[in-house]
Amino acid sequence: MLDAIGVGSLQEIFDRQIPAAVRLARPLDLPAGMPEHEVYAHLRALAARNTSAEDELTFLGAGMYDHYVPAVVDMLMERSEFLTPYTPYQPEISQGGLQVMFEYQTAISELTALPVSNASVYEGPSAVAAAAYLARIANGKPKIVISRGVHPHARAALRTTAGAYGGEVVEVGLRDGVTDADAWAGAIDQDTGAVIFAQPNFLGAVEDAAALAQAAKDSPAVVVGSYDPIPLGVLKPPGECGVDVAVGEGQSLGNRLDFGGPSFGFFAATEAYLRRMPGRIAGETRDVDGKRGFVLTLQTREQHIRREKATSNICTAQALNALAGVVYLSWLGRRGLVELGELLLQRTHYARSALTAIDGVEALHEQPVVREFAVRLDAPVDKVIARCQDAGINPGFALGREYDEYPDGLLVAITEQRSKADIDRLTDVLGAAVAAERHPAGAHA
Amino acid sequence: MSETLTIFEKGAPGRRAFACPELDVPHVDGLLPDALRRAQEPRLPEVSEPELVRHYVNLSKKNFDLDSGFYPLGSCTMKHNPRLHERVAALPGHARLHPLQSPARAQGALELMWNLERALAEIAGLPHVSLQPSAGSHGELAGVLLTRAFHADRGDTRTKVLTPDTAHGTNPATVTMAGYEVVKLGTNPDGGIDLDDLRAKADEDVACLMLTNPNTLGVFDHNIEEIAEIVHGVGATVYYDGANLNAIMGISRPGDMGFDIVHFNLHKSFTQPHGGGGPGSGPIAVADHIEPFLPRPVITRDQDGRFDLDDDRPKSIGKLRGFQGNYGCFVRSYAYIRSLGAEGLKDASETAVLNANYLLARLKALGVADKLPLAFGELCMHEFVLSGAPMKRDLQIRTLDLAKRLLDHGFHPPTVYFPLLVDEALLIEPTETETRETLDAFAEAIADILREAKEDPSIAREAPHTTPVRRLDEAGAAKRPVIRQALD
Repeated sequence: MLDAIGVGSLQEIFDRQIPAAVRLARPLDLPAGMPEHEVYAHLRALAARNTSAEDELTFLGAGMYDHYVPAVVDMLMERSEFLTPYTPYQPEISQGGLQVMFEYQTAISELTALPVSNASVYEGPSAVAAAAYLARIANGKPKIVISRGVHPHARAALRTTAGAYGGEVVEVGLRDGVTDADAWAGAIDQDTGAVIFAQPNFLGAVEDAAALAQAAKDSPAVVVGSYDPIPLGVLKPPGECGVDVAVGEGQSLGNRLDFGGPSFGFFAATEAYLRRMPGRIAGETRDVDGKRGFVLTLQTREQHIRREKATSNICTAQALNALAGVVYLSWLGRRGLVELGELLLQRTHYARSALTAIDGVEALHEQPVVREFAVRLDAPVDKVIARCQDAGINPGFALGREYDEYPDGLLVAITEQRSKADIDRLTDVLGAAVAAERHPAGAHA
Repeated sequence: MSETLTIFEKGAPGRRAFACPELDVPHVDGLLPDALRRAQEPRLPEVSEPELVRHYVNLSKKNFDLDSGFYPLGSCTMKHNPRLHERVAALPGHARLHPLQSPARAQGALELMWNLERALAEIAGLPHVSLQPSAGSHGELAGVLLTRAFHADRGDTRTKVLTPDTAHGTNPATVTMAGYEVVKLGTNPDGGIDLDDLRAKADEDVACLMLTNPNTLGVFDHNIEEIAEIVHGVGATVYYDGANLNAIMGISRPGDMGFDIVHFNLHKSFTQPHGGGGPGSGPIAVADHIEPFLPRPVITRDQDGRFDLDDDRPKSIGKLRGFQGNYGCFVRSYAYIRSLGAEGLKDASETAVLNANYLLARLKALGVADKLPLAFGELCMHEFVLSGAPMKRDLQIRTLDLAKRLLDHGFHPPTVYFPLLVDEALLIEPTETETRETLDAFAEAIADILREAKEDPSIAREAPHTTPVRRLDEAGAAKRPVIRQALD
């Protein structure tokens, strides 16, 4: 090969191109390579030091949920033809991936009752930031009003990006578990470019989405809803609530927990925002023989064409995870999503009733809930959680980690994998843990 | 052949794959007020599991993929994705680990991330790493926001970011999102940055220079030290776009070149499969003076070797996304780094550069160079750019036609019409995991297409001929967008 190139050594290729002063004169300080079985053993040993949803009975949610991932999803995600191609820049040999995007967009459109969906963004919290950026380029207004019911990581991601383009983030607090309607209305004015709420909110409470959207109707604001997709089988969809842009975390649709990623974010909107959307969009067309086909379309929005005038910088998104999403939704099917939503509604209500019957546990709010709810503990939350974990149960998320106003709060999530028997076990273990922390041994006669 | 149908056009009412668990708790009416309830169910597909499987397996067969053939897509580093990585990423201890599990019960994950951070820091030659960004462009956004925070912390307001005209589109798009103005730099005859242009434009308003090195021409900018000196001289940061890191692992380090901030594409150099457009992962490495601003949380390790997440970072730019980043990608890339080790990574980069130069030489030897000349230089790093301008003039086929005809030969075409400053550009990146036989066959295919075009250019102009569909009406798709299946 060196002869063909016309050099005497491999070294010469580098010597002729890279100045000696910036060459690394020593080997990288990294461990030596290992054969495949040793790498497997090492990665397995690391995995064994994690307590996964397989190792404990978990009620932890707070943005990612332990729903069952059907085997067909794994099988399809592992197919070389979906796993290993790049973004479909050559549509003639990418019809599979492009049609998947088109079907995914259709499924998200149906779920949200909004006519326009892109082919995925990174994940939920950054999708909220992306929606605010869409509002910024759509109306140029500085103020972004966001409910504290939106996921704390999404609010953080919004703050990280908004300051750079002159966005001013105003948070509106919660009252009785939902966005404070008066404060919300009071915060919205003619300088407001976006208003953002979550449905259900971080405390699991179902918001009056239509009322929150209505409050922004006389302002220039783009109404953004951050939606949890699973409850949309039973909850009124954003498109019927006056929401302009619906985004959300797609993990619970057929994606693994993966310690936080990769999953996907969905991004849907009304027709008015089609040409301001971030990310890839697949469109239907015909080939020269009149045959139906799919292409990436409306690319003049995108960075590789529009460069500094692009509507977003996103390039690689989450195509494989979005594939999992549409396969999962097709697996659930039209009735399945509704049945799943009804099941979660009933079990979540049962769990809330059972836990709040414990001495020292009360509901943090009385709002309707679908698959997650918040309670207050009359005992140190971290200690109660540790006791439960020692008994093999992860009872949920300590709200105090993110909310100063709920130092005693515990957020509990229910999926179809958590049966009545599991909930009853949680009730017993949490009850014992709370009792033990309220009345430490020897504290009273 | 039957008309292409979507999953929404298949199946029948009532058909299903999912069996919902029986209601095992007492049913309670009215848990959700009607005003909050969905009135009409979403019109999702109604298919059985066999139909579902068959539909998507048949769709998969309409995709070309890296496991089936050569994929020399420039700047995308389509190297082999070892299957071990899928196996280890699927271990329940990784795959079913909740991101909010308490750090004490996620020690294996945090150790993996810590080790990956240390490895990436060593490869970059910069001491601090955040794994959080979701992809390359997200890493770029992190980098420019870090730059903004760094200047703001010193009470310094700057307005401009320099990018060369060879830059990936994500660079200027990122600059705008981060609230800066883009200032373009010209390219010199060697394919590097025009130093006079840089000196003229580098002033106290400049916050940062974003650079890829080797750049998208496959050229290593040999003035890199001087470039960094000029930019640092006006108090700005130098940002390294890691899309082309595959050329220099273990050979040259961005930190040693003078860069302050680097992003990595784990889905390029570090074998995370592309997935047809993601997922990716875009960690960043930074110098000491940027470290206080890194995204939170950061991973810490105490004297006893216990790992934790530190969210108490007052100068941090904050969070770019939820949780700790795309951990599943970290598992794969960490497995890759541990498989190859220091020597293996260097060998990968050396072979990537060798393969690119060999392919370039083969094309020359086959007499292709007068129709498809190398745009800059004589040798290349891991990729190279040809100009199709003489081919268009002499053979009446465009770069697009050549690309489409390659599909009939069973190859994925190179990146086309990028970088923008090369007329009729073809950007070719073979990677280290291809054999000499494959490179030979690809070179022969290009020579064949040129010979064929001399006889009859219409064959290439009308290509492809053997794919599931032929050329598609993209203009029509954009003019009258149909972006979802119509349902009744």
